Amino acid sequence: MSCKEQFMSFFLQLLINGISVGFLYGLSAMGFVMIFKSSSVLNFAHGELLAIGAFFFLALVTWAQLPISIAFLLTLFGCFALGFLIERFFLRPLIGEPLIFVIMLTVGLASMLKGLMLLIWGGNLQTYPDFLPEGLSISWDIIHVPPVYMAALIIGLAFLVLFGLFFKYSSQGIFMRSVADNQKAALSLGVHVQRVFALSWAIAALVAGMSGIVLGIINGINVHDLSSIGLKVFPVVILGGLDSIGGAIIGGIIIGLLETFTGGYLSPSLRDVVPYIVLVFILLVKPYGLFGLKEIERV
Amino acid sequence: MMRKFHFHPCGNYKESYEQETTIFETDFGRLWVWIGLAFLFFLVPFITSPYLLYILNTIGIAAIAAVGLNILIGYTGQISLGHGAFIGVGAYSAAILATTCDLPFLLVLPAAGIITALVGMIFGIPSGRLKGLYLTIATLAGQFIIEYVLIHWESLTKGTMGITLPTATLFGIALDNDRSFFLTIFSFLIMMIWFAVNLCRTKYGRAFIAIRDNDRAAEGMGIPIFKYKLLSFGISSFYAGFAGALWAYYSVSITTEPFNLGLSVEFIAMVIIGGLGSISGSLYGAAFITILNELLRWLTDILMNMGILTDFVMNVAPLREFVFGLVIVLFILLEPRGLAEVWRIIRSNFRLWPFSY
Repeated sequence: MSCKEQFMSFFLQLLINGISVGFLYGLSAMGFVMIFKSSSVLNFAHGELLAIGAFFFLALVTWAQLPISIAFLLTLFGCFALGFLIERFFLRPLIGEPLIFVIMLTVGLASMLKGLMLLIWGGNLQTYPDFLPEGLSISWDIIHVPPVYMAALIIGLAFLVLFGLFFKYSSQGIFMRSVADNQKAALSLGVHVQRVFALSWAIAALVAGMSGIVLGIINGINVHDLSSIGLKVFPVVILGGLDSIGGAIIGGIIIGLLETFTGGYLSPSLRDVVPYIVLVFILLVKPYGLFGLKEIERV
Repeated sequence: MMRKFHFHPCGNYKESYEQETTIFETDFGRLWVWIGLAFLFFLVPFITSPYLLYILNTIGIAAIAAVGLNILIGYTGQISLGHGAFIGVGAYSAAILATTCDLPFLLVLPAAGIITALVGMIFGIPSGRLKGLYLTIATLAGQFIIEYVLIHWESLTKGTMGITLPTATLFGIALDNDRSFFLTIFSFLIMMIWFAVNLCRTKYGRAFIAIRDNDRAAEGMGIPIFKYKLLSFGISSFYAGFAGALWAYYSVSITTEPFNLGLSVEFIAMVIIGGLGSISGSLYGAAFITILNELLRWLTDILMNMGILTDFVMNVAPLREFVFGLVIVLFILLEPRGLAEVWRIIRSNFRLWPFSY
């Protein structure tokens, strides 16, 4: 293989890796954006929600020995209920309270969930049994996409389409959009705003659980790794715009590409900090991100 | 010259602004503070065990940083998630100044504070354009960037190896035991509290509070809010740097490990649990979190030593994480104004007893 070809294959492999990692970031960020969009809550416990989904699925698959499809549906349902309960018991009393309390509540919640998961499952790396068919993988010339990434892509796209339809046509979706647009106007037109908050938390937890499972299949399941993804979400959503679901996916892909290319060409240690450096610059130059609603006021 | 003693009036009889902003409303309050200080400096260090002194010292150092963070969050209303990293900057500045430049202890402390203040002001620059949660995210990025620099600027910080500091000497006396450190730390703490309490009564403190309560109105009244926000970041980081420098000297050798996001969160927890916008609250918060940490460590040790449930014991360490989160959540839900408010309620109950209203 000539030098140029080697360079090209390295470049292509980084590109594919970046896009797949970035797509996962975007997928993880979707739930985060959903919560922010409807209730303006910055959720620091998002990584823990991912991890809970992954561990719940693990428990159902290995301990309860359920078939994959039933376990998957049960996990989604469990996450939905969990998100609902979190909103009902922790976030609802804080409606209208100062920002710092809301932020710190989610931080405290993150700590609680993390402690609980470590108590039950410990801090070691665990893996799912292999269940994805090998036929899903794509090999084309020098590029190889493992089946997990294809599964992630399919699940992710399915959820994107599903949510697109949900927000466009279902009454609850329209209520959610109206609350995101203008809370007071929605309230005065008879939208049950608190139910919308609860629903958006429930859906966000569901999406988070689903992303957690996908991440768990790829990297193995570890509380610390999964909860640190929750912090990676911040550069992604700021880049994409805090209240844009499509922006989350695109922001995720850009951040993923940035990470893999920095890791590949500059230095592996710089990889983890580069998204935050970019984050500061975006905040200084274009705080509402690529697709966010321009509502920043400068005083 | 005889002066009129002040007691609790049976109503609001304040006639001037000085009376409104006075620190001690009654002479008894002042007397109690003097008694407390005498107790703290002349009795406590000589009767308590070294372990208890170690806890008190940790509380003292944490309290300095918590007071600083309260100026930023509680008074100016700017939420910073980078305080832990700023403490790290202070600790490393102190370590580098003490080892490579051979500066004396009394010079290292303020120098570390000033360096950290400058770093803090750099990371406060986004506050000129951002506020609320956008600023919080910017400081979160600051935390990660500083952490990265501390770990990877190896020629200066020796990376993960850490730096060992020389013994601090103050006026020719070596600070090599817990007692001498206790006296030093608490003298500095009293000075820092004195400064913070008085800062809040000046025009700077009033400007901070105005920005917190309504930044648009503050700008409209002619307060240059960017300048004051930067100043607040600077002062708060100075406190963090000072505390970090004391921490570095007290723990003799430092590594980058403790100065992570968890530390930042711990300090915000101190400020919230103590009470936002209350200097004394920061002390209660620092004491509460430090004692909670010690208690949980003690509990873990006891369970370890029992040795019956070895498998379970391995899993007790996360209990700390869980209880810590639970305490934050419970305080926010049940008493958002913190321990300072609890203490005020208890005090006024005593004062008004038996006719509580």
